[in-house]
Amino acid sequence: MSLFEAKNITKQFGSFTALDNVSISVPEQCIYGLLGPNGAGKTTLIRIINQITGPDSGELFMNGRKLVPEDVQVIGYLPEERGLYKKMKVGEQALYFARLKGLSKTEAMRRLKYWFKKLDIVDWWGKKVEELSKGMQQKVQFITTVLHEPKLIIFDEPFTGFDPVNANIIKNEILFLRERGATIIFSTHNMGSVEELCDNITLINKAKTILEGSVNDIRRQWAASEYELIFTGEVKFEGNGQFKVLNNQFENDRSTVRIRTEKDMAANDILKTALKAGEIISFNPALPSMNEIFIRVVESRN
Amino acid sequence: MNKISVIINREYMTRVRKKSFIIMTILAPVLMAALIVVPTLLMLNGDKDYKKIAVIEEGSDLFTNVIPDTKDTDYEYLPGVKYDDLIKVYDTAGYYGILWISPEVINTPNAIKLVSKKQPPIALLEHISGSLEKEIEKQKLLAYDIKDLDNILKDVKTNVSIQTIRIDDSGQQKNTSTGISMALAYIGGFLMYMLVFMFGSMVMRGVIEEKTSRVVEVIVSSVKPVQLMMGKIIGIALVGLTQFLIWVVLTMGIVAVVQGTILKDKGINEIAQTIPQNIMEENQATMSAAQTEEMSADLQEFAKLFDNAMNQDWVLIILSFIFYFITGYLLYASIFAAIGSAVDNETETQQFMLPVTIPIILALMVAMGTMQNPESSVAFWFSIIPFTSPIVMMARIPFGVPFWQLALSMFLMVVTFIGCVWMAAKVYRTGILMYGKKTSWKEMWKWLRYSG
Repeated sequence: MSLFEAKNITKQFGSFTALDNVSISVPEQCIYGLLGPNGAGKTTLIRIINQITGPDSGELFMNGRKLVPEDVQVIGYLPEERGLYKKMKVGEQALYFARLKGLSKTEAMRRLKYWFKKLDIVDWWGKKVEELSKGMQQKVQFITTVLHEPKLIIFDEPFTGFDPVNANIIKNEILFLRERGATIIFSTHNMGSVEELCDNITLINKAKTILEGSVNDIRRQWAASEYELIFTGEVKFEGNGQFKVLNNQFENDRSTVRIRTEKDMAANDILKTALKAGEIISFNPALPSMNEIFIRVVESRN
Repeated sequence: MNKISVIINREYMTRVRKKSFIIMTILAPVLMAALIVVPTLLMLNGDKDYKKIAVIEEGSDLFTNVIPDTKDTDYEYLPGVKYDDLIKVYDTAGYYGILWISPEVINTPNAIKLVSKKQPPIALLEHISGSLEKEIEKQKLLAYDIKDLDNILKDVKTNVSIQTIRIDDSGQQKNTSTGISMALAYIGGFLMYMLVFMFGSMVMRGVIEEKTSRVVEVIVSSVKPVQLMMGKIIGIALVGLTQFLIWVVLTMGIVAVVQGTILKDKGINEIAQTIPQNIMEENQATMSAAQTEEMSADLQEFAKLFDNAMNQDWVLIILSFIFYFITGYLLYASIFAAIGSAVDNETETQQFMLPVTIPIILALMVAMGTMQNPESSVAFWFSIIPFTSPIVMMARIPFGVPFWQLALSMFLMVVTFIGCVWMAAKVYRTGILMYGKKTSWKEMWKWLRYSG
């Protein structure tokens, strides 16, 4: 059952098409990756989900019924371009955003105390935002995004500005939120974190959906034609009509060779050729990284 | 609705608690009170920068002690001193200049010279020429050898003052004063200009701050952009009203305290005397002989003036001011908000500010002209057209405005401000989420027509 669904969304700004018939379906309690190069239309789609702007055509559903303005109360949004009032105190500001989401003052205070303690920023409550480091500010923003316990949380590049330690803290918090029942839409360029976190993805390029599905399926699908061989010593291994050598790296007395087959080709046939080249240590079908898939899909479309 | 009140609360509280707000709120009345009190004090205590002018007549003594001393100038008669001798030493002797009167002056009235290092002020010249003219006239009259001349002159002397009475539609008559009307017109028009401009641009800066710090994206995911814009505009309007009220109360308090303590020993008479002189630009310096007599006349004048001031339609003026402040502020603040949303930083506002400032400046200029002729067709049209009407109408009301004109002006004002807020909201909604692109008027026109 999908928590959120967008069907055939089209949005134009004047003569520029930002989204062209894009659909996504986000299952409940899943982490859904929204990927795409800069200017693909991700931010527009996110703004439509948040009802900041409306689509020209298409429909939006929440829990199987049409999205209504009141749904902003159950959505949390951390924009990529985010900011805080610099001259305002941290605590007051967090309280302000919480109240804009409809929380009462006492309830907001109670939850804020919990989160400030959890992310270890209690001492910063009375400080002005401009005195905070960027990472600190990000933590405050993270709290204001999740404070009203939204069912659907949209994170746009949540890890930028964090050092690895704090990035890890935030990552664990995101997983914890999912554990507790939240559904997460996650927009990023960082493909490493997509592999790590996302269950499903949609790849948007130039206003159109060009790839969608579960991360595992997609990787397997694109893996079908790639293999990785490791030889002892330096080997000369050249492609023939049936496969192409993508990479041949000699390091620590080992050669790692990556090949892509042109057609469906049995592993045995590859091995036959490889045996002639040298002593094989390992032979594996290579799962391409999301990064590679991203680049290949986008480049093939351009 | 509840969310708007949360926004209004933030906009209001963050501004009211700012140090600059507190300082301005306290300091401004002190400055304003100083503006009222200091000139009064100066006038009463006399100018310390006083001048001595040497007066010489060569070969006659027709004008001895004819020119009376004023508060800041003494005239010393030096009989028998030669101009050629004095010119060398007058500076070191402490004289500001030499007034040289030729014996021929009765027949050739321009045979008078004032020699000084600096350009003498116009009031000084008027004082000298006025005194001499009177004396020469007197001398000439004496030459006719009329009997009992002094009494005739006293009898002939007439002071004309026109009493202005306004009749309203019901035929009720009221004593009024043009001076008071002018002062009210000036204060009303100028205050309106200041408040609308000051707080309008405060709205703009607030919008730019939210846009450049990118707070806006977070907020519009919780509330509608229109709510954010209206919350900000209303919040700042309340800041303006708060500041204005504190100013009025503090200024009145300070003036009262100062007059009660510092000026107490000077007596009410002197204060009463100076005020009408300021406002009415009445008679020049008074003859020392007639001073006591005129003082009580001035006091009467002041009482009359005060009476006339009370006859102004204060309820109408105050209610109109509040109406025009609210609608005028909403009109301009919404435009300022739209401009703020369209730019990336404050320097970019220049190109949009100009067309908005022109009507405001124009209105102020027309308002100043209105005081001379409140019935002119320029004044009429500018007090009807919504963009200039708040300022110009405030300048016209003290002189009396037909009801239908006021009603038409107010009606157009309401229609226009609703239209303006509506259009500004559309531009704002698109503008606050646009970054990095230089906005043009054409671009803004396009945003106006975007759907939801």
